[in-house]
Amino acid sequence: MKIYLPNSAFLGNIDPFLRAFDTTNPERLEITANKKWISLHPVALSLVAALGLTVDPPNIYCEQLEATSRHYLERMGLFKLLKITTDIHIKEHEPAGRFIPLTQIHSTQDLTKFIQDMVPLLHLDPIQAEPIKYIISELGANVFEHADSKIGALFCAQYYQKTNTIRLGIVDTGVGIQNTISVSHKADSDLEAIGLALTPGITGTTRNLGGTDYNAGAGLFFIKSIAKVNRNFFMIYSGNAMYKLLRTKRTKRVILSADPFKDNHSGGEDFPYWQGTAVGIDISLDSTEEFSNLLELIRKTISEAIKTRKKEIYKRAIFI
Amino acid sequence: MKEIKLFSLTTNFAENKDLARDLRINEIAPALKNGKDVILDFEGVQAVTQSFIHALLSGIFREQGTVVLDKIKFKNCNENVKKIIEIVVDYMQESIS
Repeated sequence: MKIYLPNSAFLGNIDPFLRAFDTTNPERLEITANKKWISLHPVALSLVAALGLTVDPPNIYCEQLEATSRHYLERMGLFKLLKITTDIHIKEHEPAGRFIPLTQIHSTQDLTKFIQDMVPLLHLDPIQAEPIKYIISELGANVFEHADSKIGALFCAQYYQKTNTIRLGIVDTGVGIQNTISVSHKADSDLEAIGLALTPGITGTTRNLGGTDYNAGAGLFFIKSIAKVNRNFFMIYSGNAMYKLLRTKRTKRVILSADPFKDNHSGGEDFPYWQGTAVGIDISLDSTEEFSNLLELIRKTISEAIKTRKKEIYKRAIFI
Repeated sequence: MKEIKLFSLTTNFAENKDLARDLRINEIAPALKNGKDVILDFEGVQAVTQSFIHALLSGIFREQGTVVLDKIKFKNCNENVKKIIEIVVDYMQESIS
């Protein structure tokens, strides 16, 4: 496999980074990078780290990085996690207020502890921390319940002072969304499966409305809604498909839709195959919409979605 | 009457679904089946996830019908906790009615 670290790969421009990923020869990983500058969204960094964890450390080749920003990769823990020896030396700083380095989580108990430990690192007001805790909890739970990922969940986050934004990424190398959703629903492609997974009330664990006693099928819809209401990006990548919620312009009113393909989005199903699922999200702290307002919108949308689905599955009178 | 204080189990962010399911199976459902009312006290709990509340309640609605809501009281909930409980209660009723 080959992956190139470009000078910029954030959710708005992540497509070329994903498309350049070469999946051939999965026993070996070659990491190359821009010579001048490397700037990656946490989900991009998590993808590189997750790939590396699927390969024996001696089979990872990482070229000598020349970019002045290479220290960032060291600070985020990429080389340590992948057991790559480098000549990069940094003075470790207390990470509070800036970032959460690459963290591998293996269980729901680890996840609960991680959420407790993580919030002080980001130095956020409680009102800002609430949606972030929510997102990490729901995405992490998805990995442990559905993904069967050998590496568990890989997570990292970064605060960007210039835009006052927290960017998060969580990646697994599990069975992927299509496999999970197809247990209970018809999904002929990865993109169709992603669409179903983002639709409230649809879970891979049952065809029943309202889910099971353990799964409602609303977690990803909540997370996409947090991004939408705050006019931020949200991306999900699994198999050959990538779905990206685009930012809603300030001049436009935010309307939540149960159907993710009715949102302003981009993506496709011709991406290099990702064995597993990757989710990236930005949360702008300037515009953190009151969580309670968001919940009111979500309540109405889920209610409407269930009514619509009930009508779709009503039996019809047979007239002869 | 059975009263369950969530904070001592969840701390201020109630998100662990396994814990919610265990509470439902081992504490809430048996009490309701024995004819007791249940009070879920959220004092100190600042936030919950929809998944936590779903794992806590939906199985009870499914087994005992939504009439069981008359026997469960939610105490000391802040505005967001209330809204998430209402979301789950609403969609469960709409789903199983």
